[in-house]
Amino acid sequence: MDLSIAAFLVQDGVTNGAIYALLALALVLVFTVTRIIWIPSGEFVTYGTLTLAGLQLGKPPGTVGLLIGVAVVAAIVETIATLRAREARKLPLRLAVWLGVPLAIAAAVWWAAPRGLPLALQIVLALAAVTALGPLIYRIAYQPIADASVLVLLIVSVAVHFALTGLGLWFFGAEGSRTPAFTGASFTAGGLTFSAQSLLVVVASLVLIGLLYLLFGRTLYGKALHATAVNRIGARLVGISPSFAGALTFVLAALLCAFCGVLVGPITTVYYDSGFLVSLKGFVGAIIGGLVSYPLAAAGALLVGLLESFSSFWASAFKEVIVFTLIIPVLLWRSLTSRHHDEE
Amino acid sequence: MTIRRIGVVAFVVVLALVPLAAPAFWVTLANYIGLYTMVALGLVLLTGVAGQTSFGQAAFVGVGAYTTAFLTTHFGVSPWLTLPAAIVLTFAVALALGFITLRMQGHYLPLATIAWGISLFFLFGNLESLGGHTGVTGIPALTLASIEFKEERHFCVLIWIVTLASLWTTHNLLDSRPGRALRAMKGGVDMAEAFGVNAARLKIVAFVYAALLACVSGWLYAHLQRFVNPSPFGINQGIEYLFMAVVGGAGSVWGAVVGATLITVLKQMLQDVLPTLLGRSGNFEIVVFGVLMIVLLQFARNGVVDWALRLLPRRRPRLDDDAAPLAPGEKPHDVAGPLLDVRNARKAFGGLVAVDDLTFRVMPGEIVGLIGPNGAGKSTTFALISGELPLTSGDIAFGGQSIAGKTPFAIARLGIGRTFQHVRLLPAMSVQDNVALGAYRRGRAGVVRAALRLDSAEERRTQAVAMREIVRVGLAEHAHDEAGSLPLGKQRIVEIARALASDPSLLLLDEPAAGLRYMEKQALAELLRALKRDGVTILLVEHDMDFVMGLTDRLVVMDFGQKLAEGEPAAIQRDRRVLEAYLGVDEAAPAPAIAI
Amino acid sequence: MNGVTLRDALDVRDLCVAYGKVPAVRDVSLQVAPGSIVTVIGPNGAGKTTLLAAIAGLLPARGVVRCFGDLATAWPVEERVRRGIVLVPERRELFGSMSVADNLRLGAFTRRGEQHKAAIADVYRRFPRLEERRGQLAATLSGGERQMLALGRALMSAPRVLLLDEPSLGLAPLVVRDIFSIIAALRSTGVAILLVEQNARAALAIADYGYVLESGQIAVEGESASLAANPRVAAAYLGQAHTARTPAAPPG
Repeated sequence: MDLSIAAFLVQDGVTNGAIYALLALALVLVFTVTRIIWIPSGEFVTYGTLTLAGLQLGKPPGTVGLLIGVAVVAAIVETIATLRAREARKLPLRLAVWLGVPLAIAAAVWWAAPRGLPLALQIVLALAAVTALGPLIYRIAYQPIADASVLVLLIVSVAVHFALTGLGLWFFGAEGSRTPAFTGASFTAGGLTFSAQSLLVVVASLVLIGLLYLLFGRTLYGKALHATAVNRIGARLVGISPSFAGALTFVLAALLCAFCGVLVGPITTVYYDSGFLVSLKGFVGAIIGGLVSYPLAAAGALLVGLLESFSSFWASAFKEVIVFTLIIPVLLWRSLTSRHHDEE
Repeated sequence: MTIRRIGVVAFVVVLALVPLAAPAFWVTLANYIGLYTMVALGLVLLTGVAGQTSFGQAAFVGVGAYTTAFLTTHFGVSPWLTLPAAIVLTFAVALALGFITLRMQGHYLPLATIAWGISLFFLFGNLESLGGHTGVTGIPALTLASIEFKEERHFCVLIWIVTLASLWTTHNLLDSRPGRALRAMKGGVDMAEAFGVNAARLKIVAFVYAALLACVSGWLYAHLQRFVNPSPFGINQGIEYLFMAVVGGAGSVWGAVVGATLITVLKQMLQDVLPTLLGRSGNFEIVVFGVLMIVLLQFARNGVVDWALRLLPRRRPRLDDDAAPLAPGEKPHDVAGPLLDVRNARKAFGGLVAVDDLTFRVMPGEIVGLIGPNGAGKSTTFALISGELPLTSGDIAFGGQSIAGKTPFAIARLGIGRTFQHVRLLPAMSVQDNVALGAYRRGRAGVVRAALRLDSAEERRTQAVAMREIVRVGLAEHAHDEAGSLPLGKQRIVEIARALASDPSLLLLDEPAAGLRYMEKQALAELLRALKRDGVTILLVEHDMDFVMGLTDRLVVMDFGQKLAEGEPAAIQRDRRVLEAYLGVDEAAPAPAIAI
Repeated sequence: MNGVTLRDALDVRDLCVAYGKVPAVRDVSLQVAPGSIVTVIGPNGAGKTTLLAAIAGLLPARGVVRCFGDLATAWPVEERVRRGIVLVPERRELFGSMSVADNLRLGAFTRRGEQHKAAIADVYRRFPRLEERRGQLAATLSGGERQMLALGRALMSAPRVLLLDEPSLGLAPLVVRDIFSIIAALRSTGVAILLVEQNARAALAIADYGYVLESGQIAVEGESASLAANPRVAAAYLGQAHTARTPAAPPG
């Protein structure tokens, strides 16, 4: 292996790693705030790619139908819950949020599809449509059992993953999609060639991570999410409702995942069921961060990207084995250090 | 005959009819249900009882299937020899994986199991010698004497014999000394360890047991199908096994049967019905399947069997015969000196010193009270003695032997029994079963003996010990009640009986009088006096000064982590420093109108 | 509390709480008027913390809780906080990895606009110590400072009913005195305070009215002074049985 190959592999690894890092951050966010191990995150990635691909082909993506269906179910769940709590007065507002907003987004996407809008606008619409699914899924599947054990929540996550994979097939079809590259440019530095596409992915990820950091450090709602993660009871005692925190978390997490989908689109062909493996790689990163540390999770995801890129060069058949076996020494190291942690 | 027994007999009769009379389709289905039940049974023990979640069981099924596929097709080894080979291999793999991953807290384990589940799946698919993604064909059929198990109907008999056997062993295991210890871990690992249970080891045992059941299922599968490829050993199947256990009810062996049946039949039906219903083909059953799971978990979190069992009458209590008691618990060798000797014990949490160079002794036969205001460090001291927290410095000796740095279960095995400040019983289990856990350190039965019911003599003696202690503390009429149904005062007494069942040399009681009514306190004090007359040494942590006054021989008073005073109750009662510290700010509260 | 003419800020009727099948609080009724301090004293395990948690909405309970006449029974915790029922729990429940200032800011989560600015100034006036430590992480505070922060955070939400669970727990006597004088000073803001305490003597000294909770039930109630003079209460909770022959400690 010479330097140019190594540089190519590093570039490839960092690009993938940046995408895994976004995913890992979303997983850490969801786990710390809601204790949900969010297996279906991968489906949000594929939905992101497939929605954008649909818009670029000029036909309404399956997301429109999916969003309408899920919003109707969420509205029914919310109506029943509201009526049971004898709060009929609040129903119109709640329906506006749970049904009105998603329908408006679905309508906008449907309207925009044949019009060949600029790429940036299409991306915004695709992100909006997939992001809206996040809180809706939370409302339907998780909120009613938000106080259940991590295990039950995990199993629900797996069930949601199954359902969303099947729905993905239903609404998007079995054929894969690949979106065109944002840019075909490349440049040379120090004798090595870098693609602008890769750079764009890395920069976009960094910007998103920066925005996330500002959100948690500077805004009241960001602090409220942080507070919920740090101390759930404390958060309730200052009036932060777990349902609100959960829904907000799923807005952010779905947005991050959809963004991953947009970034992944030009790199690889995405099928309705491609998400699971991608999300598991995000998980390996997140687990390296103990599911609680954002910087460690991001670093872990980068490591996964690099490891994957190098192992696909040396032993491509065993790429997945190597990546997923990586988790075992990491866990071993965690298990050896965690006892020490208890003794503090 | 009870309803339960009728149910079991009916189940076996229906089963017997399947290979004899059922259409081929149902025989095939019954075969798969049997194979899946075995794997789900392992998960009942591992997840439902021991609380460890695994998504990776399908990989162990794969180890079993591929071992026999490889050995029979490459080397022509007899299938009956590949079974022990598969078991040994699975044992080694499970031991290694269990050793690494079971030390993880909570959610790490499921994620780790997903990771190695996927790794093993890709390994099966990428190793050339295992046939890659196409798999291995031409696996020989099983033969026994002159019978060749080529027909599904014949194989059905074999599968269900093995399945029923694993049902029986798992059922036995749950109802035994190791089973009680496993169940106790659901009430918290520290609770189980307080009675001498080596929780880390027991978790690995449960993990290996579950892996072995999966391996046998895989071995049978390979010879049923006569070919293997990687797809049934992937993570999706691993997830489905866990679904089976959870849907059926991971708390009982019947949950595995019901879950495996329900999910197998349901999937089959959905695969048949949905395409005609929707007019297009595809993987739609997975949507319905996922949605059904979500709905089910919102309404019956503990599974179908748990829900159904609540409709049945409660299990009849077992008979209490006059079995000889278990051997007495181990005693400390040096009985001349102090039984408990706390020397300069110190515990710091970061900058906060919770116990500050505390020194005191407990002599054999004494009742000593450790008292002080809330937050004085009493509970921390207690945790230092029981081994829950490690000492920052200093030493604690029991019967002349240092116990600093020992694990809680090792300390418990030396003969220190304890109760908890917040009652830690298993509320759904009977009082007798709860108390029997206390006798853990006096028993010997291990997993193998328990699974094969070779422990019945010891088990009878354990139950006799439990009953004896229940009578001793005066709760005979509640022996068969659910522990959670008793009032708090009685639950505290059950905890004392449980500690006594370990035949302790030293009894540690953590705020035994908290939350008790006046009469209950009187009764408790009377019980403790009676125990003292029987030679039990007691150290009790209490907040309630009245309670300890007439009861104890000596008091050790703590405040801000330090020993404030020590002496006979009457002297302590007159100690000015004690009164000031103990009774609060004493006239120091300001007049209400102070402006700041 | 007979004779109170103002509508009660907090009115609890026949409250029952059970853990599984085991009752922890039985048929407790109590009232707190605006601007008054009412204390609930009793031994460890009597159900005091359970009672407060149920009033705050953290535990499911049977019975009726009213706040200024509004039926609060169905409100979740967050709704109660928004309507002014705020708990300062025994374990403080601070946001350890966040700064003192952020903890306080979040205390005003339910308030709109810029109201939090005036509120934080008021908290810093009452607790100058917190202003000194505003940038420090809550986990690094001392026990007394943590209690001040918990109280301060609760005050940020402009409570109408303040539920205080063992504010003296684990604190040195001098610190306890500080905290109690701050609590007493809150009376002038018109907030109704329900104070649960082990330290019965200190609690009765600042309270207007008191209830004695035993085994989940109210055993005795009355004006603080009469409770302090009640021989049964004195014997059980003020240590008078043991101190009767010792002279009263000098005023501190």
